[in-house]
Amino acid sequence: MTLAHRKLVTIITESALESMLVKDLENFGVTGYTITNVRGEGARGKRKGDWDQNRTICLITICRSDLAHVILDHLAAVYFEDYAIVAYLSDVEVHRGNKF
Amino acid sequence: MMLDNLLDPVVLCFVVGVAAGLLKSDLQFPEQLYEGLSIYLLFSIGLKGGIELSRAAPGEVFVPVLATVALGVIIPLVAYFLLRRLGRFDRPNAAAIAAHYGSVSAVTYAVVISYLVRIGQSYESYVTVLLVVLEIPAIALGILIARLGSATGGVKWGALLHEVFLGKSVYLLVSGLLVGYFSGFDRSEAVAPLFFGLFKGALALFLLEMGIIASRRIEGLRYTGFFLVIFAVAMPLVSGAMGTVAGLLSGLSLGGTTVLATLAASASYIAAPAAMRIAVPKANPTFYLTAALGITFPFNILVGIPIYHAMARFAHSIGG
Repeated sequence: MTLAHRKLVTIITESALESMLVKDLENFGVTGYTITNVRGEGARGKRKGDWDQNRTICLITICRSDLAHVILDHLAAVYFEDYAIVAYLSDVEVHRGNKF
Repeated sequence: MMLDNLLDPVVLCFVVGVAAGLLKSDLQFPEQLYEGLSIYLLFSIGLKGGIELSRAAPGEVFVPVLATVALGVIIPLVAYFLLRRLGRFDRPNAAAIAAHYGSVSAVTYAVVISYLVRIGQSYESYVTVLLVVLEIPAIALGILIARLGSATGGVKWGALLHEVFLGKSVYLLVSGLLVGYFSGFDRSEAVAPLFFGLFKGALALFLLEMGIIASRRIEGLRYTGFFLVIFAVAMPLVSGAMGTVAGLLSGLSLGGTTVLATLAASASYIAAPAAMRIAVPKANPTFYLTAALGITFPFNILVGIPIYHAMARFAHSIGG
């Protein structure tokens, strides 16, 4: 069984951006994504997730390398300046490469 | 009167919540409890208003609603002017903070109502409508002011209007109003024990949590500067006075005028921050959250409400 090489895109950001990010990803044509609630601390202070304006999400999706770079460039252009956001790519190997 | 207000269990709960935060207790409400309580409180407020509205004469609401819309436009403009001229804030930050002060806090509303009930002061049954009406114009105006100055146009008005009108706080208040209005007093009797009998206890618990959250905003004071602290105390007094005048001119009773003054003086921390984060990303949340939630909200709960009541009494004694 050979595994296909894909990119895992991980985005950690303010929950306020959730619906906008999901819409962006769908427009780029990703086939699926997963969101979890997380908490932590970064350059824009502690985000303890204790109430609405302080919640943080982690959004992950797996896609082809070229699309992953397009997504990252888009995030950098639109969100990096004004929002608490960290995004990165990592290599993953998956079964069913046609799915991603 | 001031001390009497501080000894109300709801207010004391807020005080022990603030203390828990300042003393770094590990007390923290689960997210679901916070969400659950806020849904319960907002819906109860709407429901109670709707039931009372069903017994009010139609038409008497009209003039106070107009006065409230006027407040919703004038207060953010005054706040914006003060923040720009005296506070030297840039346009996005001034507009975002102004939007918070023009909009309302439903919890502050619940506390003023419980204050009036406790001292036996009657008020107009339809004041919940004024709460809903005052929530929206300032947010829209704040976004408009912030956008007028930015070259990067392209506001997604559709998404934004959706956020403002169908955001959870406005939706819960309005749906509560509708349910209460159409079901009326008699048919609502079955749900009364949950929504009205338990209301004040739930409000006390929620204020304990709000105390913890507000105390966490206080660390933001290190970044906000002295002007914003002064503004966060002075602005509610100014807008409270404007609310008093509006209440008197639109023919509200002493109790109704107190409510409108408190609504005018309160600053939003649910609807406004959510809208501003999306619509005015250049505005720093530390500024508006520290001011609205860290300073103005505690100020109103602890000492503001008796002051607005005194303002309303003074206005009615000379004008009414």
